[in-house]
Amino acid sequence: MSSTDFTWLIGGPQGSGVESGANIFSRVCAEMGYQVFGKREFYSNIKGEHSYFAVRISDQKIHSNVNDVTLMASFDAETIFRHYDEVISGGGIIYDADLEDTPTDKVRTLDAPFKERLHKELESHNKPFTIAGVLEIAKEKGVLLYPVSFKSILETLAEETENPRLKGLIRMFNVIGVSLSLGLVKMPPDSLQKTIGIIFSKKEEIAKINQQTATYSYNYATAKFENFNHTITGIQKEPGTLLVQGFQGTALGKIACGCRMQSYYPITPASDESVFLESNEILEIVHERPGSTAVIQTEDEICAIGMAIGSALTGTRSATCTSGPGFALMTEMLGWAGINEVPVVITNYQRSGPSTGLPTRHGQDDLLFSVFAGHGDFPKIVYASGDVEESFYDTGNVFNYADVFQIPVIHLMDKFIASSVVTCKRFDESKISINRGKLLEKVEDGYKRFAFTDDGVSPRSRLGLDNGIFWNTGDESDETGHITEDPIMRAKMMDKRMSRLDLVLKEIPDTEKVVSFGIEDYTIISWGSAKGPIIDAIKMLKEEGISIGFIQIKLLHPFPGDYVSSLLKDVKTIIDVEANYSAQLKKLFKQNVKRDVDYSILKYTGRAMTSTEVYDSLKKIVENKAEKREVLMHGA
Amino acid sequence: MALKMADFKTDVHNDWCPGCGDFGIVNAIQMALAEMGVQRDKTVMFSGVGCSGKTSHFINTYGIHTLHGRVLTFAQSAKIANPEMTVVAVGGDGDGLGIGAGHFVAAGRRNVNMTYIIFDNGVYGLTKGQASPTLKLGEKTKSLPSPNTNYNVNPIGLAVASGFTFVARGYSYDVRHLKDLIIQAVNHKGLSFLDVLQPCPTYNDLNTRDWYAGVDLVDEAQKRHSRIYKLEEQGYDPVVHYNEEAEVNERLAQALIKSLEWGNKIPIGVFYKNETISPYTDRLKDKIPNYLENPPAKQNISKNGFSDADISQILDSLEV
Ligand SMILES: Cc1ncc(C[n+]2csc(CCOP(=O)(O)OP(=O)(O)O)c2C)c(N)n1
Ligand code: SF4
Ligand SMILES: [Mg+2]
Repeated sequence: MSSTDFTWLIGGPQGSGVESGANIFSRVCAEMGYQVFGKREFYSNIKGEHSYFAVRISDQKIHSNVNDVTLMASFDAETIFRHYDEVISGGGIIYDADLEDTPTDKVRTLDAPFKERLHKELESHNKPFTIAGVLEIAKEKGVLLYPVSFKSILETLAEETENPRLKGLIRMFNVIGVSLSLGLVKMPPDSLQKTIGIIFSKKEEIAKINQQTATYSYNYATAKFENFNHTITGIQKEPGTLLVQGFQGTALGKIACGCRMQSYYPITPASDESVFLESNEILEIVHERPGSTAVIQTEDEICAIGMAIGSALTGTRSATCTSGPGFALMTEMLGWAGINEVPVVITNYQRSGPSTGLPTRHGQDDLLFSVFAGHGDFPKIVYASGDVEESFYDTGNVFNYADVFQIPVIHLMDKFIASSVVTCKRFDESKISINRGKLLEKVEDGYKRFAFTDDGVSPRSRLGLDNGIFWNTGDESDETGHITEDPIMRAKMMDKRMSRLDLVLKEIPDTEKVVSFGIEDYTIISWGSAKGPIIDAIKMLKEEGISIGFIQIKLLHPFPGDYVSSLLKDVKTIIDVEANYSAQLKKLFKQNVKRDVDYSILKYTGRAMTSTEVYDSLKKIVENKAEKREVLMHGA
Repeated sequence: MALKMADFKTDVHNDWCPGCGDFGIVNAIQMALAEMGVQRDKTVMFSGVGCSGKTSHFINTYGIHTLHGRVLTFAQSAKIANPEMTVVAVGGDGDGLGIGAGHFVAAGRRNVNMTYIIFDNGVYGLTKGQASPTLKLGEKTKSLPSPNTNYNVNPIGLAVASGFTFVARGYSYDVRHLKDLIIQAVNHKGLSFLDVLQPCPTYNDLNTRDWYAGVDLVDEAQKRHSRIYKLEEQGYDPVVHYNEEAEVNERLAQALIKSLEWGNKIPIGVFYKNETISPYTDRLKDKIPNYLENPPAKQNISKNGFSDADISQILDSLEV
């Protein structure tokens, strides 16, 4: 049993510093040795709508969020209305005492369907439609309430520090919330001061004000708040621990594996990766002059992939990064890369579709679309990573696949991974191997770009290589790359290209295709970021003596049907877990493994699964009480 | 050994209609490449999709026949990744100004050091003669069921408005003049654009070779005179001589006004040239000092099969 498993939630209007508050809290906990799993939720809005961050910390390795919130730090009314019921008995709510009388109707950003549900709940408890009303419900459940006037904290501080400007600095509310929380759980105060120093290291003045505010609030909590039973005081830190944001895995993987050109059109949740790459565009190269990544913001996603392809033709490792709507625009180009055998990587940070969908919310929505993207038959690889740490190493692999097999690779990531902040082991770039396949350095006379060879892969020239002239066309072509409509040549070229799919299945090691976390009578199949909640849920069940197996399928196209089939041959009950409506993996599985799954656990609210919900559904399945299609709903 | 025009020809069968203006353009490109003495393997022709799109298969350099409307997206990044290449992109008027118009505008803003040539025939040749974006409102070419209901786009005007820094027009049957324009365009520092008036004898029965030649225009002395005249012969000065707003604006306005001339007098030649605007590659160099010596395509990315990028500083900043 883990001795620490604590979830802290901070919420507030977008633009009010929820994220930097969560950043400080996460960093303090990570510095103090804890494992951190944080997830950010936000509206498609810049200022005003509700956003929150749930940070789970533990002394054990964790991979997901849970339903229970141990301590909530709120500085606006909406956060309380939306999250009061997530706080457990014995947990606490820190809130602004000046808000107690606020009625639901005064909070403009509470949307109608939510308000309706909330009013029903309040009515059933016979409570007024106010903050006081919901807090009473929480209190009756056993939640400890910690009212504090944020305004008067600032006023007192302004006086004490003789800095009248502080009085109106509501931007400080987040630091007050964090510091009150850390005081309440008795986290040593130096770690808080140190972290603020690091985060604001470039702005000395701001760091100072924040540190003063932190000290005052921290002391306020230790002096005035009582009876809270949860403490997080620090444990032994594992050396070599990173605190990373989800998009940094693929970005750093790209730098490490030699991707030197990335083109993109802004879209949530993908653009953070490109912005990070551009912020680090000049690269240190061991024993060499500096390298660089050309990061190009294009006019649309069609240009983004066109640029990635054009650059790949010069022999440069090239990529584009997008999300569903942008990927939809890229599909014609994808076929061009397919027919011309161009190694290009498309990183797709999926979100909830269809159309604009829930633009800032999670969904594993694009599996089938990726597998079938593009008109006509052409080879491609669809590969999915399950978490940020994996995505670093996978990025190295997908570029090798692209080069070795000379085909486009769609690397599936998602919003859940992109907007999580987690501790993980320091990435080891020395493990990133680089295999450029049949890319030529020198060309003999009589070169033909699409020459027929034994393994169906032709030596690849690149623009500018002496003697290496070739032609490409989106039309069917002969070995030189010139247009042909000859029926026999067409069939031979089609066979040549499509044989690549068999080669992929043959050459990619099984361990890179599928990761097995154990095979049991009940075994889960899943892909992508559902991995984290599944692993944690399985662990919870194991502690109760229930064993559940799990295979994470990473290579989704071409689908390793035979291998998956052999892994599952003794399994009695197969459970599919994924965050989309139609159980997309289940369909692929059925098509390729010729067997049906027995249960699906699905979520399509736009919110990531928690391990609690997955656990609940798995337990129902084992107890024979589940629906064939379990649909998860947790999360604000 | 110096290359001749013939060295830039492939033996791919050319299936354009007899008398198509495209032949003149391909000849002019091949002549220009030979005269400039470019290296074949340091040169790449990109093309869009249409009759004009086949051009890259007829020229013996690297040749990339892309997608309808998308030629500029491929071409710009090839130049960015490997700046030592001479990059020429070609395509139809439908390709560049219809489906690809967004890329046209964006390319102007980037000003990548390369050349873009539009084969301007007023029709969608390869799909059998529908109206292209340059066909005038109310005109009816022979395969249109009824007169064109759209106003035309002005390629020269759009180019100068979008930031192209070299803007010219050629005529596909004045091959030598066109060849000279292509050489100027390729040598220009920045993105150069050539609008080439190209008769399509099969589908455009309005803007024919005879029409451009002015067969229908006879003066009092019964002498016919060509509709086409050369800007340089009229003392027109397209060059922005110094980087001052008034100078730039004047040249831009002059180019726009000239581009509106049509009908009985049609100017060809250079409309606008401005080398005071930095090409995209220079803009990258400002951010990445060794970009031109060590561009993406030339960078070593591995040592003994493993990564040679050192990301330890970034990792240090993320370590707790
Ligand atoms: C996405 C897409 N839509 C439509 C087409 C069909 N198509 C092929 S060529 C062409 C128009 C060609 O006209 P233009 O670009 O002016 O070139 P031209 O043939 O006149 O040289 C069209 C619409 C296509 N290839 N791709
Ligand atoms: S249709 Fe027109 S543009 Fe196309 S090849 Fe024939 S003449 Fe040339
Ligand atoms: Mg045309």
